[in-house]
Amino acid sequence: MSASQNQVEAHGGPNTGNHDGHDSHGAAHGSMRGYVTGFLLSVILTAIPFWLVMNDVLGNSTLTAIVIMLFAAVQIVVHMIYFLHMNGRSEGGWTMLALIFTIIIVAIALAGSLWVMYHLNTNMMPDPHRM
Amino acid sequence: MTSYPDWWKLLFGRFTLESIPYHEPILIGTFAVVALGGLALVALITRYKLWGYLWHDWFTSVDHKKIGIMYMILGVVMLLRGFADALMMRGQQAIAFAGNEGYLPPHHYDQIFTAHGVIMIFFVAMPFVTGLMNYVVPLQIGARDVAFPFLNNFSFWMTVGGAVLIMASLFIGEFAKVGWLAYPPLSGAAYSPGVGMDYYLWGLQIAGIGTTLSGVNLIATIVKMRAPGMDMMKMPVFTWTSLCTNVLIVATFPILAATLALLTLDRYVGTNFFTNDLGGNPMMYVNLIWIWGHPEVYILILPIFGVYSEVASTFCGKRLFGYASMVYATVVITILSYLVWLHHFFTMGSGASVNSFFGITTMIISIPTGAKIFNWLFTMYRGRIRFELPMMWLLAFMLTFVIGGMTGVMLAVPPADFVLHNSLFLIAHFHNVIIGGVVFGVFAGIAYWFPKAFGFKLDRFWGVLSFWFWVIGFYVAFMPLYILGLMGVTRRLSRFEDPSLQIWFVIAAIGAVLIALGIACFLIQIGVSILRREQLRDTTGDPWDGRTLEWATSSPPPAYNFAFTPIVHDLDAWADMKKRGYQRPLTGFRPIHMPKNTGAGVIIAGLATICGFALIWYIWWLAALSFIGVLAAVIIHTFNYDRDFHIPADEVVQAEDARTQLLGRA
Repeated sequence: MSASQNQVEAHGGPNTGNHDGHDSHGAAHGSMRGYVTGFLLSVILTAIPFWLVMNDVLGNSTLTAIVIMLFAAVQIVVHMIYFLHMNGRSEGGWTMLALIFTIIIVAIALAGSLWVMYHLNTNMMPDPHRM
Repeated sequence: MTSYPDWWKLLFGRFTLESIPYHEPILIGTFAVVALGGLALVALITRYKLWGYLWHDWFTSVDHKKIGIMYMILGVVMLLRGFADALMMRGQQAIAFAGNEGYLPPHHYDQIFTAHGVIMIFFVAMPFVTGLMNYVVPLQIGARDVAFPFLNNFSFWMTVGGAVLIMASLFIGEFAKVGWLAYPPLSGAAYSPGVGMDYYLWGLQIAGIGTTLSGVNLIATIVKMRAPGMDMMKMPVFTWTSLCTNVLIVATFPILAATLALLTLDRYVGTNFFTNDLGGNPMMYVNLIWIWGHPEVYILILPIFGVYSEVASTFCGKRLFGYASMVYATVVITILSYLVWLHHFFTMGSGASVNSFFGITTMIISIPTGAKIFNWLFTMYRGRIRFELPMMWLLAFMLTFVIGGMTGVMLAVPPADFVLHNSLFLIAHFHNVIIGGVVFGVFAGIAYWFPKAFGFKLDRFWGVLSFWFWVIGFYVAFMPLYILGLMGVTRRLSRFEDPSLQIWFVIAAIGAVLIALGIACFLIQIGVSILRREQLRDTTGDPWDGRTLEWATSSPPPAYNFAFTPIVHDLDAWADMKKRGYQRPLTGFRPIHMPKNTGAGVIIAGLATICGFALIWYIWWLAALSFIGVLAAVIIHTFNYDRDFHIPADEVVQAEDARTQLLGRA
């Protein structure tokens, strides 16, 4: 109740209809089954990286780091689908649009920073062997 | 330094009696004036018993219109502070030649240029822009408030909290001496051990939370609460540019928060993110802060482009030329603004490939901006132009901004930037686009929407006077800086050796005085307009023959904005309604569901500010206590179910009947 009362309910946008009830928000809502699935997947995706690190399964720290990153990326997707209830249709496509925009911005920031910092590091940081 | 006992440190952290700058005559003088003025204000409010009115009708209000007005007041107050800093710098640079030390010692001068930059961007430009968006956007889309009215109030008070911390640094302790973006290692614990840097960090962190949340709020408002029929390509341009700005805010302010948090960790717990030791790298700070910093300048200018678009179409009496191209240009600028950040540090040494990429993206971004200029020009072409104040600001903007844009493209050429970087040429460039773009636009917006907000127009005579002082003052103050920059003078210097430079600094100081007169005329304009409000009264709600929905309701609008939600059929919805002979409904009013005022925003933001103050001074018990207070207040507020009420139908009838009478008289 309180969530919808935070909004002024005089009218909805063109694609939302009226704000009278929760179901008219246009956002998908989770079921018990969905939450449990999401929770179990999250636990598994968290446990495996721990196991990889604690038992030094792969024997190579760089490889381990990359694998952990991949698990983290999958975990993000799991959270978005099962906990944030995101899909291509919710909120008339706005959540998908927001997601695409976010991915573009994060990709630009990460790739750009790596590129820039690699060059700065090579050109400008003192070389410990030459000092 | 006397040593203080342990109980003192436990109670007051690193605050000592020496922290009060009573040995600085300038600060003591300022403090005396501020204290007397403050006391007089408090006495007046108490004498006229206005505390209850202020608290119930303004401070706790969730009405987007009142919050918008409060943002504008905050902007004006902070403008006075930031401009006082500017005058002091101009004064110092005009006299500190050939052995003359000037009147500001370096440690004071360094605080002043840092405070000037921080205040002008975060606490003048941002509140002005947020204030305009807050006031206008819901009206333009035919909504009754923003999507999250309480959050709006909270955001405002967090911004105020940040401003309070920055102002407190004037009289308690000191402010940062590091420049407005606080590059490490200078801003690290080793080189800036004092409280100044911590005032900077916590002030910006607290204000930043407010800005981010207000961004979320306005996006939700624009996406979800448009009047029926107003699809995206029928949105007023100001709403479009506001949407893009708030998208930028939500995407970039977390980067600022994270970067400042890492620097805070470096300073407070000894991590090494931005030091030269243990794998840290100060260049990473510069990289991260500009990933936020460049979009930030577009956050400021985009809504102002929207203001100019509204002004152009209204005062030329025709549709904006190239609406669709305006929208696409705005969206393209939104994305491109993320691809140019490195042009702020071409000289840091990333090499040719990186520098060329960012040089080219920077030049590309001037294309959509140039397209906008042509759109405004073609809107004026064959338009029936009325030279009211907002239109005058638009013209001054177009002339001035083009110059600033061209010097910007010059700076975007990496080899040229190696000569111009950190010179006064750069200073002249960004003041050229921020004053000539943002500030002129804010004044255009104020002159344009003031009658909507208060029900009477601004006095023309004092407005025109303010306009000319500002425009001429700007050129007199900043053209000499271009010349000095080309001669190689760098920024942030407090004294000079070469006496042949002095004349340019004297001219620049005269320009600053002219701008000061412009600000004075603006304040007089407000005062005179209030006194003459009966002659300047707008009874129609549509004093400029406007084109968008905010002019469809009364001036000032009722708390509920629109008794009936308007239905939109065309771009420039109100112009369309007038053309079709719109009849205002006079009967059939129903109770209107509205959000209720709450003091929670003031309380939570107040506790957060106290927490920030305690962290700055290492008063750990107070920091812990106020942080727990923040959490408790947030949790208690979630249990407040009494958040809405209905404006009864007969109150709506009364308000609407009063408007009918006013319209009849007009």
